Formats: sequence, C-alpha cells, structure tokens
Amino acid sequence: MTKLRPTATATATATVTAGTTATAATTATAAASAGAAGRASGRAPGEAAGIRHRRARSRTGALFVTPYVLFLALVFAVPMVYTLWISVHRFYFTAPGTHVDSPWVGLSNYRDVFTDPVVGRAFLNIAVFLLINVPLTVILSLVLASALNAKIRFRAFFRAAYYLPYITASVALVAVWQFLFGSDGFVNNLLGSHAPDPSWLVNSHLAMPMIAFFVTWKQLGFFVMLYLAALQNVGKELYEAASVDGAGRVRQFFAVTVPGVRPATTLVLIYAIITGANLFSEPYLLTGGGGPDHASTSPVLLMYQKGIEQGHPDFAAALGVVLVAFVLVISLVARKLSERGN
Amino acid sequence: MLRRTAYSLLVLALASAVTACGRSAPDQQTAANARGPITVWLSNNAQEVAWGESMVAAWNKSHPDQHVTAQQIPAGKTSEEAISASIIAGTSACLVFNTAPASVPTFEKQNGLVPLSDFPDGDAYIQQRGGGLTDQYKSQDGKFYQLPWKSNPIMILYNKKIFAKAGLDPEHPQLATYSQFLKTSRTLVHSGAAKAAIWPAPSSEFFQSWNDFYPAFAAQSGGKQLIEDGEPQFDSPAGRQAAAFWRTMYAEKLAPQEAYPGDAVNDGRAAMATVGPWAVAAYKDNVDLGVVPVPTAAGTSPDDTYSFSDEKSAAMFSACRNRATAWDLLKFATSAQQDGKFLDATGQMPMREDLTSRYPDFFAKKPVYTAFARQAQHVVEVPNVPGSVDIWQAFRDEWTKSVVFGEEPTGTGLRKASDKISKLLDEYGDPS
Repeated sequence: MTKLRPTATATATATVTAGTTATAATTATAAASAGAAGRASGRAPGEAAGIRHRRARSRTGALFVTPYVLFLALVFAVPMVYTLWISVHRFYFTAPGTHVDSPWVGLSNYRDVFTDPVVGRAFLNIAVFLLINVPLTVILSLVLASALNAKIRFRAFFRAAYYLPYITASVALVAVWQFLFGSDGFVNNLLGSHAPDPSWLVNSHLAMPMIAFFVTWKQLGFFVMLYLAALQNVGKELYEAASVDGAGRVRQFFAVTVPGVRPATTLVLIYAIITGANLFSEPYLLTGGGGPDHASTSPVLLMYQKGIEQGHPDFAAALGVVLVAFVLVISLVARKLSERGN
Repeated sequence: MLRRTAYSLLVLALASAVTACGRSAPDQQTAANARGPITVWLSNNAQEVAWGESMVAAWNKSHPDQHVTAQQIPAGKTSEEAISASIIAGTSACLVFNTAPASVPTFEKQNGLVPLSDFPDGDAYIQQRGGGLTDQYKSQDGKFYQLPWKSNPIMILYNKKIFAKAGLDPEHPQLATYSQFLKTSRTLVHSGAAKAAIWPAPSSEFFQSWNDFYPAFAAQSGGKQLIEDGEPQFDSPAGRQAAAFWRTMYAEKLAPQEAYPGDAVNDGRAAMATVGPWAVAAYKDNVDLGVVPVPTAAGTSPDDTYSFSDEKSAAMFSACRNRATAWDLLKFATSAQQDGKFLDATGQMPMREDLTSRYPDFFAKKPVYTAFARQAQHVVEVPNVPGSVDIWQAFRDEWTKSVVFGEEPTGTGLRKASDKISKLLDEYGDPS
C-alpha cells in the first residue's frame, strides 16, 4: 500500500485542479451577469441584465421541471401523505359516494403492527434476505464487472448474458427456478436422497435463502452494468503505476479498483437494500403466498395480504410507514459504512 | 418566484388528486326503480361464458330498450380481489355471476352491495328458488345481499386409468374410509402409477382450505360449519380426525407439500383431486373420470355424506344505476329454464332442490353428474360472518404449519387456530 501513495496524491491533485477551473469559470459568468443586471436597476449596467437573464432561465427551468414535479406530487407525495393519514385512522376502502366514519385512532395501527408476530417474522425474513443478497450482489457484480472490463474473448456475449435475467419477466424466471429447485426438479433429481426434505422452496429454513439467491442472480446484470460504467472512470495510469510498483492483479483489484468505484459501491449497496426491502414478486410467485408458517413472507407481501386480501388498509399503511423508516435507517447505516474509508 | 411556482404546482396536484377521488355514486332511490342498459360480469370458465352470452342474447332479444352487456370479470389473482377493487373505484358491473360468499361480508362493509331483500319480491324469490339451503346465505342484518346461484359440491374425482395402472379396481375404488383412502393412496404412489395420490394446493392463501380441510370436516362432523353460534367448531374430535388424516397424507408424501404449477390431474401427475362438477367438462378429453364422496373416518353412505358447497352467488353492486333492470335480469338468469340451460352447458349445479327430478333428461344423458347433484343436497357453506377472510387466513396459517409441514402437532394447530378465530370474532362482534 505504501508504494501506491504517490499515485493517489496525483489523483487528488488532478481533482483539485479541475475544481479550480470550474470555480474560475463560475466567477467569470457571475461577473458578466452582475454587470447586465446593474444597468436596469440603477446598479452597474451588467448587473440588471444578469438578473433578467437568470430570471428567464429560472422560468424556463421551472417549465421544464413542471411535468416531473406534477408527477412526483401526484404519484408520490399525495399517496405518501394519504398513507400517513390512513395509518392513524380506522380506515377501509368503500364504494364511492358512501359515507363511512374513519375515526382517529392515533398509534393504534402501529401498535398492532409492532405486536403482530407475522410482521416480526416478515422483517426477520427480509433481514435474512438482505444479509445474503446485498453482500453477494456487491461482491459478485464488482468481480464480474472487473472481469468483463478486461479484454477477453466474447466480452459482449458475456455482458449480455449477465444482463438477460434482469430484463426477463420475473414470472418466466420463476418457472426456470421451479424447474431447477422444485421438489421434483433438476437439482433434486441430481441430489437424489441427499435432497432436502421438505424441498428447497417449501422448506422453512431454505425458502428465504433460495429467494435471496434467485433475486441476486436475476438482478446481477443491472449491478454489473453500474460497476462497468464506474470502472470506465478509474484511470488506466493507476493500474500502470500499481503494476510498476509490483502489484499483482489481486492487489490491483483491492488497491485500485475497490477504492476507485467506491461511489458506485455506495449506490449499489443502497439500491440493493431498497429493492430487497421491497421484495414482493418472488415470495408471491415462488412460494405460493409466503411459504410455510410465513417462512418467506416479506413486509410488502404482508401489506398486500392485509391491505388487499383481508381489507385492512390502515394496518397495511402503518406497516408501509414502518418499512420506509426501516429502509431509511439501514440505507443510512450502509452509506456510512461504505463511505467510512473515504 | 420559484416558491410561488412550487406552491401553485402543489395546489394543482392536490386539486387533481381530489377531483380524481371525487367519484359520483348513483342515487339509491332513483337507481332502485331505473331501467336501462346494464353490464354483467361472468367468470372466465369457458362453458360459463358461453351460457352467459347465450342468456344475455335471449334477454336482449326481448328487451331492446334495456340492453345487457356481458363481460368476463377483470383479470386478477382472484375474482374477489378484482371485484373489491372495482367497488372502490365505482366501476363494478351491475351484476356479478361469480361472487364468493366468503367475500360478501367484506363487500357489504365496503357498501358495495345492493340488498336484494329491498326489492319487494326479493326474499320471496330467493327462498322459493333455493328452498331450505338459502337461509345460510342471509347476512347478519337478516337481509340477502347475494342470490345463492350455483353450487360446486366438492367430491373426490379420480382417474380410472391410473387406478387400473396401479392394479386397483377403477369401478369400485376403496376410498370411503380414511384407512381405505390411505391404503389406496399408498398403492397409487408406491406403484409409480402417479407422482401424487392427490394434490390440493398446500399453499397459504386463505381460500385453499376449501379444497382440503373443509370438505373433510363437513363430512366428518355431519355438516357443521367452521363457526356456528359465534363459536369455532373445528377444535373438536371431527376436526382433529380430519386434520390427522390429511397430516398422514402429507407426511407419507401421498400429497405433495409443494404447489403444482399447472393442473396435476390433467397432466397425469395426480390420481385424484378434490373438485366440483366444473372439472368434469375441463377433464373430459384427457381423463377417464370416476367420482366418489370425500372420505370419513368410519365411512358413511354417499347420501349421508356432507361436503363443502363451493357455492357462487349472483350479487348486485351499488355502482348499478338501473337496478330494476338488473333485478329483472337476475330473475331471468336464474329462472328454471335458464338454470336448465346453465346445468346443460356447464355441469354446475343450480341452487335448487331435487335437481335430479327437476332435470331428469340431463342426468340421464350425463350420469357422471348425478353424484354431484345428490351431493348438492348435503353441502355446508362458509359461515357468513364479518371478518370471514381474516378468519380463514388464521385457520390456513395454522393448517400449513401443523398439517402440511408437521412443524407442530395437528391438535395444537387446531387449538391455536380456534383461539385466534375466537379473538377475531370478538373483535368483529359476536355474530350470534
């Protein structure tokens, strides 16, 4: 590590230089604008024009972002506020135009959520899922991206091969997984009497890990792509310097690649946690609605069962709020951990 | 400026959302007497759709000013979910000819149903058509919110060819008692004639108990419902015997613990199925069928054996603006003549007494349905209690844990389920 320090310093210097250039450009633009605006308002002539220009740009900018702001407000903010409202009322969905009381119940729905053993099981399941899925996703996608970034034969084919499961519908992939891991599936036929009993997808100890492996495999291509993009920004000269310093491929990977893609790692980490915590389709499709004794029930699947199947949207809303808080906390912790080395 | 723009956008968004949510509902008094075009929803069973279209065509021919449009229920995991969503959106059809009784309390709570008892001849028509079987379809307030339309009594359907392959007599199957059923199942599986003796879905959905436990419990208990007089009935000798029977089936791998991703009987993977008469038409091209009642511990005669009705009702929904037409159509669609056509087209049993004597030609022509018609006189419905879906889910959770996967004794599972359901009944209000 000691030998590589000069190279790291060189990178830092380059960043500082780029930053200085940007600052200079910003200063020049600001000076010109200030002169124009000043002429219109009794200030310096350039100052007033600058203010007009900035206002015009602001209006154009606002116009451009309007559709997205509307989209966010309608599709995200309004439902979010509505969810919070539902979670503190006794509420169920009714036919339009009919009046039904929705009395304020304070934190009663939250109390129900925290005392329901199935909710505890669902969060435990998600914890198991994340413990398997997130490290595997980060490690495998970085290693595969590094391999696919090298000049190897059939590189385009391998890149597409890893990406294919990600763009294939979950339903189709579930069929593949059932063919492999069904009680009468390919893997059990290979294992014979060594096959687990009950089988993989209905075994209360194996169902959740199987789902975690399935999701890791399905989503790997997306994360490989993220890392491949990040790897383009790691300077070749760093590898050359490391090579000159005598670092082998493994050493280069840990000393150059891993620190070089750290921002991407943070992104992958947080994205994997968020998508993992929102797990629904896989337990729904693979294990027939949550598996034995809720062995593969996820919080989102439970929200669906409580809110839609059983008609308790208030409970589901409270559970949704708790899930958002859970995701926020573990995402923040993951981010802190991943950026600790910076 | 930016702040003002942001505020304007937020107000606009909220206004749009409120406008979108502000759905109009028909005026109750006006709608009750209004006539005009209506829409009806049918299940997606091919034979049922064919009957529905023919019935609607007959209606439209004689009522050109009250045009009826027939559609299949919108796609969803279950038709109940699709109906529930349509109630909330205010887009449900006037009539749905596939309403599960277990969901009726939920639909009522959503103010989604029109009480049929409010029509002047409502109660009289329903009771006259269905006879003694209709009372269990009344809701807690004593009104009918559903017209009990057809039953699909659950029986054991078996593949004669697979039985013969296993060396069993396909014309005289030994399936009346639990011990006979287990012995036959062992022969079927151990001989390699079929992967599974029987393959009901072992998954956790609340309604799956209607295909395994509930018919067995109805038979073993002599026709008890899951809940009677506000008390769960299944933590009883009959419930424990039925649970122990199924536990043996799963423990010995005679019934698989994993759901089959298709139709196991049609694919020749299972020798038997717990199904209603709809399956006869579905299987007739692939399977040489035989039908027997569900087994009991000691064996009972077919005429004394109860089962689950798997009934579907026709219900009128509150989004309907021309309810007089809808009520007239409902009576037309469930008339003796249309019931005969429905039976002929689908093989499903209209909710009428003495089906075999009422439609003798059909049963003479298709004798395999006679057993279902007899069974239809000895059926048990799901209890019409608030929180019905929660109750069935609580039962299913314990069932999968104890019976399907054997993670605790079946007696413990039933006791826990009974305790949970008692609490749910208290929370929702004692129905007795």
